[in-house]
Amino acid sequence: MSAALELRAAGPAVSLQDAGRFGLMRFGVTAAGPMDPLAFATANRAVGAPADAAAIEISLGGLEVTSVGATLPVALAGGAFDVSLDGIALPPAVRLALEPGARLRVRAGAAGAWCYLAVGGRIDVAPMLGSVATHVRSGLGGLGGRALAAGDLLPVRDPAPVEPGAAALAAPWLERPGELIRVILGPQADYFAADQIAALCDGPWTVSPRSDRMAYILDGPRLGHARGFNIVSDGIVMGAIQVPGDGQPIVLMADRQVTGGYPKIATVIGPDLGRLAQNRPSARVRFAVVTIADAVAARRAERTALQNGPLIQAALSSERLLGVNLIGGVTSGR
Amino acid sequence: MNLPESSLIEPRFLDAGEAALVVEFGLAVDPAINDHVLALERALAALALPGVRETVPTFRSLMIHYDPLVIDRATLVERVRGLETQPAPPRAAVRWTVPCCYEPPWGEDVAQIATLAGLTPERVVALHTSTELRVYMYGFVPGFCYLGRLPELAISRRASVRAPHPPNTVLVADSMCVITTVSMPTGWWLIGRTPERLFAPAREPTFLVGVGDALRFAAIDRASFDALEARAAAGELVAKRERLA
Repeated sequence: MSAALELRAAGPAVSLQDAGRFGLMRFGVTAAGPMDPLAFATANRAVGAPADAAAIEISLGGLEVTSVGATLPVALAGGAFDVSLDGIALPPAVRLALEPGARLRVRAGAAGAWCYLAVGGRIDVAPMLGSVATHVRSGLGGLGGRALAAGDLLPVRDPAPVEPGAAALAAPWLERPGELIRVILGPQADYFAADQIAALCDGPWTVSPRSDRMAYILDGPRLGHARGFNIVSDGIVMGAIQVPGDGQPIVLMADRQVTGGYPKIATVIGPDLGRLAQNRPSARVRFAVVTIADAVAARRAERTALQNGPLIQAALSSERLLGVNLIGGVTSGR
Repeated sequence: MNLPESSLIEPRFLDAGEAALVVEFGLAVDPAINDHVLALERALAALALPGVRETVPTFRSLMIHYDPLVIDRATLVERVRGLETQPAPPRAAVRWTVPCCYEPPWGEDVAQIATLAGLTPERVVALHTSTELRVYMYGFVPGFCYLGRLPELAISRRASVRAPHPPNTVLVADSMCVITTVSMPTGWWLIGRTPERLFAPAREPTFLVGVGDALRFAAIDRASFDALEARAAAGELVAKRERLA
């Protein structure tokens, strides 16, 4: 029997994602892709998969998965989720050999909102418009354009060689406090007076429970517009902070529309998208304005860390696995 | 409708974060501005600059997604400035004729549109079919494009959102027209429905029309709609494409 991942349980908004569906934004096609691109790439690196390979994005709803047909190397990285294999607790960032029938459970844990399950080998799902990234709203990607569900089988081609046991991942670049988020002003900062830009920075904001893969809505003060709130539609990137007529800022995320008609006061820098995304509803957020040079430097540092940083911290012996709750210093996702 | 050329401004370079540059040619829905957007997009594509990932044309600006670790902002701006002296491109090269049924139930709001615009229902349909529209941009969901303009239909949107309508419904509001590709709630008015699919993932072409193309609607009755709908559902193109000199 050929190898596959079998989903025993999946909460809402658990989805298959690759790096995104690029090249078709000009036709209204959203890129989708991971909410936390850095954690996604880290999980893929830990199993030796390409940085943009398809992986399962796990929401706070959690996931239970097993393998069929072959033992598969898998890795988890992202928020500090509660992870267990056949009831034995594991660190939240971990690489392990998933044997047929073994139950890997991932549940919302101490912190973080998204976690990625990558597999050594290729998740073999037919791409739609060049990508398997799931965008439920337009019915593209994943399995038939929908979120994953219990009973789904994801075929895995060319499984990578398996190292037995489990190993904690050391990915210090994922230890990111999520409260202070760096932004670049614009593209429509000129629709706001200086005191409103200061108000954006100060907040304080909390992430609304209505937030999802499309947008993180911020509860806090209302921002006022200096020049009205209707603009002729233009492009929207992931991280754009849009301020509609009611003055409540909305950070547009992976499943956003590609164009829109409200002024965008600022844009979250690429390296801070994941740390913002890892905030749960009611988490506090503030913003700090940085320059493009700062943002590019942060991007370079992130890429260097991801490519060259240490990853495997220590193999977990079976004795250690049993006592893993005592292990400190593993990636917390905070 | 041609707005005065004065609505075209010197291009502004706006940052949408460190990985996207917006080149803005104006603040209005204006074919001359949209022409400049498309001219820049074509010239940039021809240049094939390493680090430029993807471009998104809109009514009045071009969003350039780039990798700032491959090409820095200053270099990108400099290259774009070098391009924008190119002459404006010719007008639409392609014109589509898209069948549209204005009869009930598809054109459920024709009478309301007429009342709001101070016209007769017959005049609303005549305007909608006689005006050559321009495909200004895509957005919202795959294949969803904005067509304009219809100055006589400068009517406000609905006060409240209507329950979801079927895909391929043709909507109007604010002097603009859209053809939907999915079932969705809307604040726009339902003027008709086309059997054509502007987005069909399994078909070649996946996306029917190009930004900058001309498009007009041709009225069809309910019986023709049903016949064309069956053909379109089987993968056939039922809109007509003409190349313009």
